[in-house]
Amino acid sequence: MLIDILMPVLSLGGMSLLFGAGLAFASQKFAIGTDPKEEQIRQVLPGVNCGACGYPGCDGFAAAVAAGQAPITGCTVGGSSVAQDIGLIMGLEAEETQRKVAKVLCAGDCDKATNKYHYDGIEDCVAASMLADGPKECSFGCLGLGTCVRACPFDAIYIDKGIAVVDEEKCTGCEICVAVCPKNIIEMIPVSSQVQVMCKSEDKGRDVRKYCTVGCIACKICERACEYDAIKVENNVARIDYDKCVNCMVCAEKCPTKSIYADFENRRPEFVGMSN
Amino acid sequence: MGFELFSFFKGGVHPPGNKHFTEDKPIEKAKVPALVYIPLQQHIGAPCEPTVKPGDQVKMGQVIGQQKGHVCAPIHSSVSGKVKSIIPFATAHGSKIQTIVIENDGLDTPAESIIGRNVDEVSAQEILDTVLNAGIVGLGNATFPTHVKLSPPADKVIEAVILNGAECEPYLTADHRLMVEEPDAVVGGLRLIMRVLDVETGYIGIEDNKPDAIAAIEKAIGDYPNITIKTLKTKYPQGCERNLIETITGRQVPSGGLPMDVGIIVNNVTTAAQIYKSVSTGMPLIERTVTITGRGINNPRNLLVRFGTLVSDVIEECGGLSCEPGKIIIGGPMMGVAQHTMDIPITKGVSGIVFMPRDEVKEEEILPCIRCAKCIQVCPIRLMPLSISAHSLRGEYDTCETLHALDCVECGACSYICPSKRPLQESIKLAKQVIIDRRRNEN
Repeated sequence: MLIDILMPVLSLGGMSLLFGAGLAFASQKFAIGTDPKEEQIRQVLPGVNCGACGYPGCDGFAAAVAAGQAPITGCTVGGSSVAQDIGLIMGLEAEETQRKVAKVLCAGDCDKATNKYHYDGIEDCVAASMLADGPKECSFGCLGLGTCVRACPFDAIYIDKGIAVVDEEKCTGCEICVAVCPKNIIEMIPVSSQVQVMCKSEDKGRDVRKYCTVGCIACKICERACEYDAIKVENNVARIDYDKCVNCMVCAEKCPTKSIYADFENRRPEFVGMSN
Repeated sequence: MGFELFSFFKGGVHPPGNKHFTEDKPIEKAKVPALVYIPLQQHIGAPCEPTVKPGDQVKMGQVIGQQKGHVCAPIHSSVSGKVKSIIPFATAHGSKIQTIVIENDGLDTPAESIIGRNVDEVSAQEILDTVLNAGIVGLGNATFPTHVKLSPPADKVIEAVILNGAECEPYLTADHRLMVEEPDAVVGGLRLIMRVLDVETGYIGIEDNKPDAIAAIEKAIGDYPNITIKTLKTKYPQGCERNLIETITGRQVPSGGLPMDVGIIVNNVTTAAQIYKSVSTGMPLIERTVTITGRGINNPRNLLVRFGTLVSDVIEECGGLSCEPGKIIIGGPMMGVAQHTMDIPITKGVSGIVFMPRDEVKEEEILPCIRCAKCIQVCPIRLMPLSISAHSLRGEYDTCETLHALDCVECGACSYICPSKRPLQESIKLAKQVIIDRRRNEN
């Protein structure tokens, strides 16, 4: 009776010991060495696998940096602090990078911009823009159907009154929204910038007035008012050179259609009353 | 001939034909308006460069948009008169496009360059040059430049030419009337195409709901030996290029491939007739037959319309709208595009305009997919619309690509049959657009 139990226990136990020893030996003998740097870099990365660096997830990026194929500043989500950490691991000096956040450059919400037709198709900006450039009369404006909202891995975009708005606090600068927007109206703006032109319409001013109360009409008042040569009208729309802009906000004060946004609450005191 | 019905084996739907509105109405010339709006892109490919500026005098048939790149077709003035302006203007298939506005002087003075040729003596190269210079594109709906189609790469052996006279799209009768009224131009055009491609075999596929067209074409072929009529079963989308090839020759175009990969070139009957007319008269493509139809218009007609005529002009010509329109569709109801304005110029790709009254246009509630697989049964390309659509709506476009979304011909049979009224074709079209955009950005 006892032997019936002992025999299988001993034979199976013996075999498992034998195979175990074999596996232990093989794992030592045939081990593929990984770069310890890769593991260290992986530890400092945010680990959201957003793919904004162009590599398949954080593991792929870590491997590429360790192999010297990717720049240490490649992780836009981690920003300069992660770049410095990677720099320490790789023994390289990370340059200080300005943090950039996405901004939807359209202020033509449902109260301010008109529609040319009633859209009842699928909720997607790309689908809507295939039909006569979308339901909005303005062919450059935000359609507000939330393609960027669904694409954002950080839940940083929401729709407010029919246009997309980026939450600066949550935005990590991965640029996924920039790539999916069919209207190309999302741009990366330095986080220190307090002034932005909230319009990308290249239509003539006369046409813009017909369908949007806050569109840029290319009157060039901002261009003349700017003392720093930082705002220029090209293709019927004003553009700010963020390297030159000092956030004096004079252009925003002078803009007749209020298509230039400025954070007046945080205006630096030396610029207050400058335009008078 | 005429006794054996051919049809592709699988798929297809039977929407109401509604061709009775216009199938017996002869083609009539539409009034040419005082102002024509001619977009500089009326084809698939690169837009044209304008060769005129505001204030210039132009003649009928004169080149006003020069082609840029290989896949492109020149644009001609459809009237004689003075160029008023060049402005961005809405078009039938989407975005605003640079459009030349011409004030018509009503004289129709033809350009000097227009010289007709003897169709029996003209050489293959001369025909090809005429097709290119006359700005001929696929007049079925696709508007792919015909000269590109007729100059296949040297490694492709073309064995047969098929003319597509199926006109399976409901409502439309432009091709039908053309075959009845000008069968000699259709057959003559086919013979010219066969000469360009040095091909001995020609087929004309016509659905069996057009017996008068079959009889007329049969008479025009006469005892010319190498052209055969294939009578097709009435079924949508019988006129889809891949299905037509399979029906007539039994060959299957591979996924991602072109008809020329199986040795076939397909052209629409209207395109063939246009080639014949342009070679014999020298007049480039400046007008086409358009079916103006539907319950929403007072007097449905088949009109020969000059390009640049606005939809609003033709509405007037057809006795105005009979009621408040629910939808105005350029093209047929299955593949056409709903319009938001009537100030849309008629261009090379407009084969019909369907006016639907409000009671015909229902806004259906979209219900969940019940996996009945009817869409799979009807898909002529043998795709799985329900899966591609589900992935597309979740933004998983890579999966759509592995499910061969790019092979979809956008016929809309899946959306038509779906009992849950799901936006199948729409979401597959979206996936295709995103995949194509991504590929373009990668290159």
